[in-house]
Amino acid sequence: MSGFWAMGGYARYVWPCFGLACTVLAWNLWSAHRHHAAALVRARRALEMQDE
Amino acid sequence: MSAAPIERRDLCDLQGPPLAAASGVLGAMGLIIQRELRLSFRRPEQLLQPLVFFLIVTTLFPLGLSLQLSLLRDMAPGVLWVAALLSSLLSLDSLFKSDADDGTLDQLALSGQSLTAIVIAKTAAHWLLSGAALVLVSPLVAIALGIPGPVFPVMLLSLALGTLTLSWLGAIGAGLTVGLKRGNVLLSLIVLPLAMPLLIFGAGATDRAISGISSAGALYFLGSLCILTSTLAPFAAAAALRITLE
Amino acid sequence: MWTWFYRLASPPYVYRTAASLIPWLMTAAALTIGYGLIDGLVFAPPDYQQGDAFRIIYVHAPSAWMSLFSYSLMAVAGAIGLIWRIKIGHAVAAATAPIGASFTLLALVTGSLWGRPMWGTYWAWDPRLTSELILLFLYVGVMSLRAAFEDPARGDRAAALLAIVGVVNVPIIHFSVVWWNSLHQGATIAKIGKPSMPGSMLWPLLSMLFGFMCFFGAVLCMRLRGEVLNRERQAAWVRGVVK
Repeated sequence: MSGFWAMGGYARYVWPCFGLACTVLAWNLWSAHRHHAAALVRARRALEMQDE
Repeated sequence: MSAAPIERRDLCDLQGPPLAAASGVLGAMGLIIQRELRLSFRRPEQLLQPLVFFLIVTTLFPLGLSLQLSLLRDMAPGVLWVAALLSSLLSLDSLFKSDADDGTLDQLALSGQSLTAIVIAKTAAHWLLSGAALVLVSPLVAIALGIPGPVFPVMLLSLALGTLTLSWLGAIGAGLTVGLKRGNVLLSLIVLPLAMPLLIFGAGATDRAISGISSAGALYFLGSLCILTSTLAPFAAAAALRITLE
Repeated sequence: MWTWFYRLASPPYVYRTAASLIPWLMTAAALTIGYGLIDGLVFAPPDYQQGDAFRIIYVHAPSAWMSLFSYSLMAVAGAIGLIWRIKIGHAVAAATAPIGASFTLLALVTGSLWGRPMWGTYWAWDPRLTSELILLFLYVGVMSLRAAFEDPARGDRAAALLAIVGVVNVPIIHFSVVWWNSLHQGATIAKIGKPSMPGSMLWPLLSMLFGFMCFFGAVLCMRLRGEVLNRERQAAWVRGVVK
């Protein structure tokens, strides 16, 4: 098992790569969700102003 | 301030009959090139500023790195090219800006002449005033950086092709950013990535000539880049102007 | 026959369809990435020359591929918006840009970390690395240009033009290892005939690639919904969706 984490001695290159990949994927999900939520808020506000 | 009324009088030269009735596209382009040259020579300090900037930037490298001349020679092509790139960017901002500010650009767009031809004329005039001037000044800088004399023909040719290509690329960037606040920063951001291959091969050509290897490959590549941009960039720049002017 | 094509240009249709696609794409992404990670990290044999360092390929190659794919998509979508004035094109282009930029950054950093044990350096100014870096700058340029305009429609059109001008970089990146003496290795998968990798190493890679594509599709759908809303704020159909 420890051999797996050691990655044949290249652990300090391999694991940061996979960690960064997870971070980038997670950021994409979070950012896209936030973007859509903000767009919804703006759309609601625009409709409210229209209704006035 | 006294220059402004003169420029507006110059604008009258282009409005109405002269430009619309200009004998075809080439006539109109000739008129525009003449106007650009005339306007620029009325403000000679604006012509000299990019050249002085070029000289100053090339001086910064030896001062900052305090290398012996022999070591400086290794870096010289790159330093020369980066300085040429930066000073070209400085002058690119004015390609369309002053005309956009006083409404000339709108007049030109409405004149009925092909916007692409107008872009070609303006860019050609701009290169004559900035790029060609840079090429003429470069031997001075080259001597200061320790570039050996026999290399000069390659250096001059690569700079001539490179600055021309840069003017074309810059026309696209200038067309996209004219009228934007802080447009000149964005202009650099847009043009520099596109100009990187240019830098690689331009500096590479001179570099190879210094090392004694044939620089033909790099020069051919520069030439093909120049032809590619000369043929395609005017259309892209005209399209950019149509987007920003509408 | 063409109704599906016309429907693609309809913002409310795209908004609803994107929503229904997301769960499918995310599930496919999770499964294929999960399998790819497990097979690639645990079961694939170590490389003869590079040992376990080669496993970086399982994130590096897919992200590099995605960086090229999404730029091309951004350019094509922008062209559709610019030439045929189909607004969905601009929405797709705007949605793709940040996703593509993040993959480009990932490709550059993972490549750099892989380069250290493999070539002895974190960076080299070789054609492929340099042109991939230029791609990142192009992404940033397109996003900055779009944001700089007060009129969003004009910003869309300007960004589309810049994306199209920059698309010439994509084939340069792809063929750089063929045209020049590059430090970076040549084509492994796309070679006609037998690929250079053994199956036990190749399958997880293909799975990761497919997974990244599905993930990209899912995130694109999410972003696209936001972009469509931003552009269609005044339209009647938005009322029903937002309430």
